[in-house]
Amino acid sequence: MDAPARKLVIACGALAHEIAALRKANGWSSLDVICLPPELHNRPEKIAGSVREKIRAHRRDYDEIFVAYADCGTGGALDAVLAEEGVERIPGAHCYEFFAGPAAFAELAEAEPGTFYLTDFLLRHFDRLVIQALGIDRHPELMKTYFGNYRRLVYLAQAPKPDAEAAARKVADRLGLELVVRQTGYGGLGSTLRNFAGRPVVRTWPA
Amino acid sequence: MAEAEGEFDLRSLDDAELIEQVHDDMYNGLKDEVEQATHIFLERGWKPDKVLNDALVEGMRIVGIDFRDGILFVPEVLLAANAMKGGMAILRPLLAETGAEPIGKIVIGTVKGDIHDIGKNLVGMMLEGAGFEVIDLGINNAVEKYLDALEKHQPDFLGMSALLTTTMPYMKVVIDTLKEKQLREKYIVIVGGAPLNEEFGKAIGADAYCRDAAIAVETAKRLLAERRAARVH
Repeated sequence: MDAPARKLVIACGALAHEIAALRKANGWSSLDVICLPPELHNRPEKIAGSVREKIRAHRRDYDEIFVAYADCGTGGALDAVLAEEGVERIPGAHCYEFFAGPAAFAELAEAEPGTFYLTDFLLRHFDRLVIQALGIDRHPELMKTYFGNYRRLVYLAQAPKPDAEAAARKVADRLGLELVVRQTGYGGLGSTLRNFAGRPVVRTWPA
Repeated sequence: MAEAEGEFDLRSLDDAELIEQVHDDMYNGLKDEVEQATHIFLERGWKPDKVLNDALVEGMRIVGIDFRDGILFVPEVLLAANAMKGGMAILRPLLAETGAEPIGKIVIGTVKGDIHDIGKNLVGMMLEGAGFEVIDLGINNAVEKYLDALEKHQPDFLGMSALLTTTMPYMKVVIDTLKEKQLREKYIVIVGGAPLNEEFGKAIGADAYCRDAAIAVETAKRLLAERRAARVH
C-alpha cells in the first residue's frame, strides 16, 4: 500500500489554534503544520518573503504544501510568491473574510466601513497585538488616532469560550464601539483545509 | 520655580543647538517642547517659513528616514507627527499673513469603504509643510465627492489613499471616471497606502505611487515641475 502523501500547511500563527482543532477533529494525522509569527500582521510587507522562506526550507520534505493565509494586506505580493512557488492559499482578502464568508463579510463592510473586527485569536491576544503593538499602553492619547473613525466592533467567533462575549464587550467598551457578535465557525479555513487534506496531490513543484 | 531635575530651559540654547534640540524633541514626540521651541524661534525673529522648514519639516524628515529603515515604528511616527502638528498650528496663521502663494494644490482623501486615514493625514501634513495647499476630503469618499472637490478647488493633484486590499481597487473607479469625463489629463493623480505598490499604481492609471509621506512630497514636487515645464514648451 502507498504511504500517505506528505502534506504541510504553512500557517499564520493567528490560525494555529483553529488549525490544530480542525486537525484533531478530522484526524488529519499526516498533515503537518508550521506557523509564522502572528505579529507579521503588523508588518504585512514581510509576509510574502517569510512564507517563501518556509516553503523553500520545507519543500523537499513534502509532496504538497498549502499556505493558510489570505492576502492579508500584502496587496498581491503573497500571490506573486505563491505563483512562483506553485503553492495555493486560502481565497480572500483576510481571515475576517474567510471566517465570515465573502458575501457576509461584504455585507458587514458595506453596512459600516468603520468596523473593527476581532476573531477568537485577536480577542485572546488583544492587549499584546493591538494595545501594546500600537503603543496605546505607553501612549493612551494615540487611541483616538487609531480608533477615532471606527463605529462598531464585530466579533467573528470561531469556537468561543464561555467568557468570550463578555471579553469582546469589554474590548468594545474600551474602544467606545458598538458590539456585534457573529458565530462563524471555521468558515473558509475549514473548507479549504478539508479539501487540501483529502485530495490527491495535485500540485507539482516548479522546475 | 526651580526646574525639575533633567529639564533645562530651551531659551538657554543658541539657534543651532535649539534646532538640534527640536529635532530630538520631535523624534521623541514631545509636542509641548516642539511648540515652545517654535515660539522661541519666532521671538528671535525667525521667519515662519524658516521655522517650518528648518525645525519642523527637517525634524519630520529625520523621523521618516528612521521609519523607512525600521528604526522607528508607527506609534513613534504618530507622536512625532502630533508634535509637528502642534508647531504647525502656531505657524499656519503667520504663514497665511505673509501671503506667500502655495507651490501647488492637492485634493486628497481616503477612498470609499475605507476609514483609515493615518497615512493620508501624514501625507497631507508633509505636503502642507512643503508649501502645498491641501484640501483634505477625509475618509470614505465616493467618486462624486472627489469630482465635486476637483471642480470646486481646481487643484494640480488628486491624491487617494487606501489601507485595505478590498478598497484599493476603488481608486481605479475614480481614475476611470475622470477618463470618461475627459478630466484625467487635467490632474496629476498620486496614490498611496500600505497594500499598494508601484505596479498597482501603474495598472490603475495613476501618475505615481508614493510609498510614504516623504516620497509623496518629493514626487509631488517633481511631477508638478515636469508638468509646468511641459506647458512652457
